[in-house]
Amino acid sequence: MVKYFYCSGLLKSTWDQVCTAFWQRYPNPYSHHVLTEDIIFREVTPSNCLISRRLLTKTSRSPRWMERYLPKHMASSAYIIEDSIVDPQKRTMTTLTWNISHARLMSVEERCFYKVDPENGSWTEITREAWISSNVFGLSRAIQEFGLARFKTSVTKTMKGFEYVLAKMQGETPSRSLAETATERARETALAAKEKAKDLASHAQKKQFV
Amino acid sequence: MNSVGEACTELKREYDQCFNRWFAEKFLKGDRSGDPCTETFRRYQRCVQKAIKEKDIPVDGVEFMGPNKDKPES
Repeated sequence: MVKYFYCSGLLKSTWDQVCTAFWQRYPNPYSHHVLTEDIIFREVTPSNCLISRRLLTKTSRSPRWMERYLPKHMASSAYIIEDSIVDPQKRTMTTLTWNISHARLMSVEERCFYKVDPENGSWTEITREAWISSNVFGLSRAIQEFGLARFKTSVTKTMKGFEYVLAKMQGETPSRSLAETATERARETALAAKEKAKDLASHAQKKQFV
Repeated sequence: MNSVGEACTELKREYDQCFNRWFAEKFLKGDRSGDPCTETFRRYQRCVQKAIKEKDIPVDGVEFMGPNKDKPES
């Protein structure tokens, strides 16, 4: 069983600027949970595409009810790989991001596609899909709900982080109002989902003792 | 931003600076005249790949775009 997520968003910067910002997005005020960033593979292909692999370390940020199911020796930080292909001819970028640690507890895979906004040539459209799954017996639904809630919050942070870095690159300060409304809505959705996840978790735990 | 190998952060910064300039000014503009960053990349990679081994980070054998199989929609 897998939870699927899809969303699409716009950045009001050119595709070139967004791709350039993509490599400079860390650190930003919304990325305190990202501890390290490294390019561990990079090549220009014969068809002149740039393929790269980025290794990230992030703080694990699981709630206490979930941490109980982590073996004690497991690090509190998680390793994530992000593979990407930049095609400067087609003006597209595809990224695939997934965790290579904690995967049995919860696996999150995200695929993003960046292209020129078909309605506005100076903007960039980002399509995002994610698959969230967990294999922990009796808790997979709760963990998936938690994962989905956290993912939605992350998407907001990602877009805000991008806007921040883009504005910095262009020498301005990012506009607040639209971003703030988006955050509020995302926060409410995430909070509702987190509560649901906690409920499911405590239900599952109660069942175990019956 | 720090590297996962504490000793590699400076080398990473040096490489990033070179790459960011090349990426925006050459690569995206279709200039295929070659990569000025190969030396600094090599130095950085020597350091970071060593750190990855020392920390036992499971990056080996992970296929590029690995999990990109067809997935069910839930």
